Amino acid sequence: MSTITTEELAETTLLRFATAGSVDDGKSTLVGRLLHDSKSVLTDQLEAVERASASRGQEAPDLALLTDGLRAEREQGITIDVAYRYFATPLRRFILADTPGHVQYTRNMVTGASTAELTVILVDARNGVVEQTRRHAALAALLRVPHVVLAVNKMDLVAYEEKVFAAIAEEFTAYATELGVPEVTAIPISALVGDNVVEPSANMDWYGGPTVLEHLETVPVSHDLSHCHARLPVQYVIRPQNSDHPDYRGYAGQIAAGSFHVGEQVTVLPSGRTSKVAGIDLLGEPVDVAWTTQSVTLLLEDDIDISRGDLIVPTKDAPATTQDIEATVCHVADAPLTVGHRVLLKHGTRTVKAIVKDIPSRLTLDDLSLHPHPGQLVANDIGRVKIRTAEPLPVDSYSDSRRTGSFILIDPNDGQTLTAGMVGESFAAPEPVRDEAEDDGWDF
Amino acid sequence: MTTAATVSEETDSPYALSHLDALESEAVHIFREVAGEFERPVILFSGGKDSIVMLHLALKAFRPASVPFSLLHVDTGHNFPEVLDYRDRTVEKHGLRLHVASVQDYIDRGVLKERPDGTRNPLQTLPLTEKIQAEKFDAVFGGGRRDEEKARAKERVFSLRDEFSQWDPRRQRPELWNLYNGRHAPGEHVRVFPLSNWTELDVWQYIAREGIELPQIYYAHEREVFRRSGMWLTAGEWGGPKDDESVEKRLVRYRTVGDMSCTGAVDSEADTIEKVIVEIAASRLTERGATRADDKMSEAAMEDRKREGYF
Repeated sequence: MSTITTEELAETTLLRFATAGSVDDGKSTLVGRLLHDSKSVLTDQLEAVERASASRGQEAPDLALLTDGLRAEREQGITIDVAYRYFATPLRRFILADTPGHVQYTRNMVTGASTAELTVILVDARNGVVEQTRRHAALAALLRVPHVVLAVNKMDLVAYEEKVFAAIAEEFTAYATELGVPEVTAIPISALVGDNVVEPSANMDWYGGPTVLEHLETVPVSHDLSHCHARLPVQYVIRPQNSDHPDYRGYAGQIAAGSFHVGEQVTVLPSGRTSKVAGIDLLGEPVDVAWTTQSVTLLLEDDIDISRGDLIVPTKDAPATTQDIEATVCHVADAPLTVGHRVLLKHGTRTVKAIVKDIPSRLTLDDLSLHPHPGQLVANDIGRVKIRTAEPLPVDSYSDSRRTGSFILIDPNDGQTLTAGMVGESFAAPEPVRDEAEDDGWDF
Repeated sequence: MTTAATVSEETDSPYALSHLDALESEAVHIFREVAGEFERPVILFSGGKDSIVMLHLALKAFRPASVPFSLLHVDTGHNFPEVLDYRDRTVEKHGLRLHVASVQDYIDRGVLKERPDGTRNPLQTLPLTEKIQAEKFDAVFGGGRRDEEKARAKERVFSLRDEFSQWDPRRQRPELWNLYNGRHAPGEHVRVFPLSNWTELDVWQYIAREGIELPQIYYAHEREVFRRSGMWLTAGEWGGPKDDESVEKRLVRYRTVGDMSCTGAVDSEADTIEKVIVEIAASRLTERGATRADDKMSEAAMEDRKREGYF
């Protein structure tokens, strides 16, 4: 074993990523190999797997037992829920949302992809791009995962042929690009043998790109903030009211997008009141500038009425507020979502009453066809929804901001999370969503 | 080899947070969500490193105001004296309110029965859940991490518990983006895990970076221990050693802190935080695998206890 130096334990960056692929594509093997080869599977965990496998009469340790943690999963031999795995290399820390690949678990893939900055889509080199692959690509596009990796697996079973890989990579990239996926990195691998997962493959010298792990270690984890709309959902008002801080009044929250700096003119939504940033506290320390995803406390020059649920934005870049939201949603609850359904909508730190006014279409992921006016959405359905909220909300388009363009619907009766929503246009929209600002220009 | 710092400069923008900053920011967000949405939250505080880090994060989240939560300790009656001392000093230092649920009380009243093996970990569930009901706590922060155990890997950050504090993995709410759903009916509560995405190594790196004081039993020291089920246990009135077990003095430290009857020490010369970090990074055993007897009882021991209301 290599000795670990404190230098290698320096603070690194964090990458959240998700995997997609059915069991037959070798997803478990890939996850197992990433964990194993990065030395993240420890002796006692392996021993536990060996014990459990032996007690089932299996000869070799079943590595799926490493990841299938629940009784029901082990009994049925399937993964029924998202699990989060952790591993690290000297270059980066990883949070892997390990999501089941079966189509009936679309909601779990949506859950995993919602926080992911990268998704690895597995394809069996013998089968190429299949329906399941298209579903995964469509979900990555809908959720706007910034980086997509196509892992063409089982290259050992197609004689490591470059043309097999090239054809699959080309077909997938064309499809994904059409859906709006900004970046695809295709890597030929064999998860079983270990080609191009952690170690470069000796069997594919025609491939000059990175291994899966190298790519995970080096893909950029944050974007140019100058193009982002700055947004701070107010979580909590901090008022110490003690002798040291008799007048302190700070607005605490996690910056959802962009950056804020001291002296900046800001607007509070939905009230529309304006003020200037007098100070920024980064967990107790004053700073001049703060950015996404730091948890901060903003101090304003004027004593205006601000409470949990408000959104602080730069005055020069404020979103419109609206009570009519049109969105692409994924229904995640077992009970259906129907027109007329009264729900709660949580957007940022604000929860408001809302009603489902219309369900214009349901999307069939297999061929991306739209089924008009389905009447309801059932578990794992993706569709378009029009929602009227009881109070105006400052929503962004999901394509501009994953955090302030997303929301969840909650059942007011039992508190269940019903639906995951993404505001604005997407490829799942039956027709382009008309911008209100554009409407203003017309005089009918 | 190139150092990590240089490589991150090449690949990441100056706005990329370090992994510790990202985890800290996420945990603070979780504390503030609970403060904003719940009536009576409480932090489970055992004096172990995870709960100490949790409290440290809560203190930072509300600075310069004080923490708007009280603390709850489930006292097994077999606690390490150094840890109880640390607990009491911490409560006093930060002017916090401490609730104690005592396993010994339940045994003395005849409500709970001492197990033949002397371990009191499974006995904690009833005092904990009754205290939650009695005090009407609606959010209970726990220091559980998903890397600890495979049932915990399936745990949500906001984990709904019914009026019997039971965890039902099939009834879990999907967690989307950072939009945590804290809705619950009267009598139900939500277990909240701000350290869900931290690993043991992250916790130690954070303790080092922030200069957080820990009970001394986390660092190598000479202690009288005896061998049972492959672990070094501290001799004491709780029931060890038995006649066929012999006490010896060894240089050890603890990776976790729990009930003395089932928390094992590891042989170690790591007497500083830097040495502890190097030791953990090189260890081929998980912390629970190395030091917890109760998790080895069955393949689904943790899942079963969590279903009953354990943290």
